[in-house]
Amino acid sequence: MRYLRFLLPILLVVGWEAASWIISNPFILPSLTTVIPILLHPFSPEFTLGTGSMVENAGISIQRVGMGFLVAAAVAIPLGILMGRSNLFNDFFDSIIELLRPIPPLAWVPLALAWFKIGLTSIVFIIFIGAFFPILLNTVDGVKSVKKTWLEVATTLGAKERQIMIKVILPGAAPTIWTGLRVGFGIAWMCVVAAEWLPGISQGLGYLILYAYNFGQTNLIIAGMIVIGVIGLLIDFVFKRVERRWFSWRGLER
Amino acid sequence: MGELPVTLVLKDLSKSFVGEAKVEVEALSHINLEVRDGEFVSVLGPSGCGKTTLLRIIAGLDNASGGRILLDGNVIDGPCPRMAMIFQEYSLYPWRTVIDNIAFGLEMKGMEKQQRREKAFEFLELVGLVDFAGNYPYELSGGMRQRVAVARALAIDPQILLMDEPFGALDAQTRNMLQRELLEIWEKTKKTVVFVTHSVDEAVFLSDRVVVLTPRPGTIRDVVSIDLPRPRERTGAEFARIRRYVLDHMEHAAASSKV
Repeated sequence: MRYLRFLLPILLVVGWEAASWIISNPFILPSLTTVIPILLHPFSPEFTLGTGSMVENAGISIQRVGMGFLVAAAVAIPLGILMGRSNLFNDFFDSIIELLRPIPPLAWVPLALAWFKIGLTSIVFIIFIGAFFPILLNTVDGVKSVKKTWLEVATTLGAKERQIMIKVILPGAAPTIWTGLRVGFGIAWMCVVAAEWLPGISQGLGYLILYAYNFGQTNLIIAGMIVIGVIGLLIDFVFKRVERRWFSWRGLER
Repeated sequence: MGELPVTLVLKDLSKSFVGEAKVEVEALSHINLEVRDGEFVSVLGPSGCGKTTLLRIIAGLDNASGGRILLDGNVIDGPCPRMAMIFQEYSLYPWRTVIDNIAFGLEMKGMEKQQRREKAFEFLELVGLVDFAGNYPYELSGGMRQRVAVARALAIDPQILLMDEPFGALDAQTRNMLQRELLEIWEKTKKTVVFVTHSVDEAVFLSDRVVVLTPRPGTIRDVVSIDLPRPRERTGAEFARIRRYVLDHMEHAAASSKV
């Protein structure tokens, strides 16, 4: 039943159209015919209440996520390697990380505003918090999962510490680190939408859908949500493709 | 054998460590052994006799609690590129192709890519896996993977091969095949081999001398020289006699340590 997976989406679309016809209140449930034109004109600013085109807004959100994500990776990966390699570092950082980790990224918003004021820095900070912990924890796990024999083989074959790090530990931990990056990016993408609701922000997909709400444009909200979902899906797809291409050995160590 | 020079000397090697019950456990006690250049020596003993620990100490992966190791008269304390170790399992890098696994040691020495691949290819030929140069370890059988591990160890041109139950995870047939291949390679390359095993059959089939260890603490119970010409016939009467003899020693060793 290869086509079964398409059944529910089709039923949903049909049900949606039927419901919107019965409710006949576009603020509660707009017809798809008012959502699709927005999606078909992603470069046109005319459908987005003067906030710039859908593509522009998406580009800005992606840029923000990218920044927060890159900073998170740049801090979490080296720290994770240190913690994975050295029990001393691990014991030193572990308790504070366990303490901070359960705090939802959005709980940091007020503090972010107090520290960085309204603006890009606050948004990037929230995204950083969201992406940081999955990347860190997976890096620690990945480094710890590097097999002892791999290290000993390198030692007996004359590898220096630096070579062991670059040629054994990093490639050995890479698949798990990559999983951390993938999960971290997913969370970062969720965070950006909410972070764009901060006061003083005037662009981005998150801003767009909230702005649309203020104007009662539910069709634009839904179109924005679909774009947010599709972008998240595409990026996850890329992460998975790379995983399959480069890390297909994972779980097959023998 | 007599005229070959001694290359590896173990002098009074001991190893003890603090076990789980916080009691000091003596794993090896006063091991003295001389290995001649080009000799094939097996270290035989039941599991837990410290034979792997002994090999790891020689390889520089563990420290001895007492005693010394000399290689051609020089004291060894740490990993030494003149000795290469072959592990039982999980030793190949799964993200590297076969050829790049074999070239690993050469890469660590800073050899150029083209040059080290050519060199690695020679050893790939030696172990008969030319067709698998571009494959990944998980695409190979257990026997093939150990051939790659042997090729990788040989590629750095060590004087001594240290082998830690290298065929222990293989089925009997593959095991016998690899033993024969190992002997061919040994005769071709004239390496010294120190081979750890718990299989009497394997030790007698392969070795010039078999060192029988007692369990806990590991001490040398006996050293049995085997003069049978190679290739040895496992079903031959002389083979059976030596096997019986070594086995008796091993059982005695085990029995005496229980007292």
